[in-house]
Amino acid sequence: MEKDKLFEVKDLRISAYNDEGEEIPIVKGVSFDIHKGEVVALIGESGSGKTTISLATLAYTKPGLHFTGGECQLFGKDVLSMPPLGQRDLRGGNVAYLAQSAAATFNPAITINEQVTEAAVLHGRLTQAEANKRAIELYHALELPDADRIGYRYPHQVSGGQLQRLMAAMALCSKPDLMVLDEPTTALDVTTQIEVLKAFKKVIREQNSAAIYVTHDLAVVAQVADHIVVLYSGEVMEQGSADQIINNPQHAYTKRLMAAARPKPTAGMGVQVGDEHHREADNMRVEDMTAGYGGIVDGEPVVPILRDINISVKNGHVVGVIGESGCGKSTLARVMAGMLPPARGDILLDDKKLKGSLLDRRLDELQKVQFVFQMADTALNPKQLIGNIIGRPLEFYHGLTGKEKHAKVSEILDMVELPPAFASRYPMELSGGQKQRVNLARSLAANPEVMLCDEVTSALDSIVGANVIKLLTGLRDKTGVSFVFISHDLSTVASFADEIVVLYAGRVVEQGPTDEVLEPPFHPYTRLLISSVPEMRIGWLEDTMQKREMAVGIARGVEITRQGCPFYNRCPLAIEGTCEVKIPAILELEKGHQISCHLSLEQLLETEAETQKILHGFEKVGDEDQFSTAH
Amino acid sequence: MMLRMVWQRMGIGLVTLWVVSVIVFVATSILPGDVAQIILGQAATPETLAAMRAELGLDQPGYIRYFSWLGNMMTGDLGTSKAGGATISSLIGGRIGNTMMMAGLVAIISIPISIALGLWAAMHPGTILDRIVTFGTLSLISVPEFFIATVAVLILAVHLHWLPSTAYMTGDETFGQLIKALAMPLITLVIVVSAQMIRMTRAGILNVMSSPYIEMAILKGVPRGRIILRHAFFNAIGPIINVIALNLAYLVSGVVIVETIFAYPGLAKLMIDGVQTRDLPLVQACAMIFCGTYVVLILIADVGSIVSNPRLRSPK
Repeated sequence: MEKDKLFEVKDLRISAYNDEGEEIPIVKGVSFDIHKGEVVALIGESGSGKTTISLATLAYTKPGLHFTGGECQLFGKDVLSMPPLGQRDLRGGNVAYLAQSAAATFNPAITINEQVTEAAVLHGRLTQAEANKRAIELYHALELPDADRIGYRYPHQVSGGQLQRLMAAMALCSKPDLMVLDEPTTALDVTTQIEVLKAFKKVIREQNSAAIYVTHDLAVVAQVADHIVVLYSGEVMEQGSADQIINNPQHAYTKRLMAAARPKPTAGMGVQVGDEHHREADNMRVEDMTAGYGGIVDGEPVVPILRDINISVKNGHVVGVIGESGCGKSTLARVMAGMLPPARGDILLDDKKLKGSLLDRRLDELQKVQFVFQMADTALNPKQLIGNIIGRPLEFYHGLTGKEKHAKVSEILDMVELPPAFASRYPMELSGGQKQRVNLARSLAANPEVMLCDEVTSALDSIVGANVIKLLTGLRDKTGVSFVFISHDLSTVASFADEIVVLYAGRVVEQGPTDEVLEPPFHPYTRLLISSVPEMRIGWLEDTMQKREMAVGIARGVEITRQGCPFYNRCPLAIEGTCEVKIPAILELEKGHQISCHLSLEQLLETEAETQKILHGFEKVGDEDQFSTAH
Repeated sequence: MMLRMVWQRMGIGLVTLWVVSVIVFVATSILPGDVAQIILGQAATPETLAAMRAELGLDQPGYIRYFSWLGNMMTGDLGTSKAGGATISSLIGGRIGNTMMMAGLVAIISIPISIALGLWAAMHPGTILDRIVTFGTLSLISVPEFFIATVAVLILAVHLHWLPSTAYMTGDETFGQLIKALAMPLITLVIVVSAQMIRMTRAGILNVMSSPYIEMAILKGVPRGRIILRHAFFNAIGPIINVIALNLAYLVSGVVIVETIFAYPGLAKLMIDGVQTRDLPLVQACAMIFCGTYVVLILIADVGSIVSNPRLRSPK
């Protein structure tokens, strides 16, 4: 093994300096090796130093950080002590970097092809003509649509998943010895994630390149990594082969990470609601609602998003809304909150009709429906103290001032499990998870009946996210507030929601109690979503790609159609001549379970059994072997 | 999509021009005294005033006078100055060339210098020279232009005797003489407008430099010069174009102080003279020309920003 060692990180130390000039160690003596053709995963929560370490392989630190010790050797030569010109040649030449958000890392003003080929040409590895040719080969290898011409487009003209793969092409174009992939699929939908993972894995194998894969998602790691390094607070907790770490973790921290990893969404995961809140009365209802953007002409939105939506949120219940991006999840929450007046249909609160626009709603109606935004970073005013942020709704809705307000702020901070002293801090001084708690506290301060949570855990890593969910469950039990919980993360929804609404292309394709919707999954779209959630099992990716749902559905994106079933073009069971022209009727099942599909229940059951049969072999092995020693 | 946006901008420009024409007309109408009174002077009898008003059409209601004024202006008839009775077109015609020449020369000199200096400062942020540039431009922006002009006269004309202190032109000087005559106001204006453009270029570039795609370019091993010129500049171009346009518009209309100090026969000075002699038609015409210049330049800047942005240039 020693002779094909490609890269060696030796006792790497990186520090930051605070305003007083004190040194704050970020990376505290990390060592690991990378061999040719090997994918090494760095896993850990945010703040574990995994991105910082991965950037060190390019001899780069984020502004404010400094190398304070150790070496990063490429072919036995330390890159940290190279002269700047040598480092420039290293970056994009020997070592290529793939960032988390391709949308932000592609320059909006330059065509894709120029950006993809730039490094290879600049470092003299290829001529422009050779680079162009290689880029097109890579586009084909990455299964990008219109591969011969996609390079002429600008970044905004391709989808997020495509951009992510184009970034892989950008990294691979100069035939680097080592690729650094920094959370390359974290920002993507489950379905897009699979597609991108598959493409990455394929090119890594074909190019026989080595890679560092940085992520906090263990299930993803299980699909791509050969070797895993578990990091916590800038130190290596444990490292070993993927097999050993996943199937036989030794360190307590690794075990904790595994426990917080997202389990496969299945029935029975949900928290059962206490009786006192289990009232069947509707809190909030949406009836025959159609909404969209660009104004309303003849009762139809110019850009329709949601169509004929009927959902109800019962008192003290959690309604999970799932679907890929572009399906209208956030739009639904915006309509319910009154930020986007619907073109048609009604929104009812406690059986009373609400005005479509927020501006026309009464104060008490506003107070009862509160919105929690996804990004606490942008939702909290950085110049306001936490006490003021939470105090404002208390003053606005409840007229509290002075001591009373102060006491209530402390009480609310306590509810979100933050110490009262936080009232005199600024958002900047808080961690991501703490900020999200303040974000929730602000909505709670209004004392709402319904809280609309838009992807509130999506930007948090798994352990912090799990804690926020625990907090929400506690709040629901304590206050009886209802939640509309929007997320593209099925596992979280499955563990938390009483009812699930599956949105596809602006229509509800299935809804009902969580257990009914998930087990067995009837609607083909629900199946596609569920089977796209990565499992913490080596080989899962390959198995999944053989599923029918995957083969048909994965490569296509969400399209909003005006007629027929919108899922038609991705559905493995589509009936030609029916599905694309007629809007499916709603199959009413027991316990309020509804499915919108042209197939009968029997047909759906039958096909599900068939799918299970096809998958039976691997499913069995996977379930049993998940936590036992490797075979 | 881009064409539609360009048309939209042009439409908005036209509407702006129209609104300004109304404001200019109303504003000059509510000034005490009308043209008839100004021509005839304080001693005029009410009868002669009435006769004069009828002759000039001033007894008509306001909106009719407005539309005939607007109509005349659109056909190129800017009216007659009552001071001396020359047509306004000929008065302006003599000056507009001077103003445009000055503005053009200043633009030709200052735009490349500003962009180059701004880019250069952005390429070396925090260095001594960057600090000199930022501090120097800030000082120049803060100092009133007449002060710069006076200092320039003091040094270049009074002490060194290199240049004449006025920019008086007879119209038959040689090229060399012309340059010499123009040099003082030119230097002053270049200093005044460059300071702003340099700062904006530098700030625009540095703002873009903190974007993730610039970090990506660094991680691809792209040299800093190329990062600035190829990766950052095209994303910062929108605000830069706008500052250039605003400064050019300023050159046409706002340079009255400089024109006055150097006795340069430009358009702004003509307007001030018009105000002093209460030559309302002249003031109206100048105001419309200045406004038109602003609208056209801002329009060009807007179109420039649209064209330089691929998201608007080539939609999905």
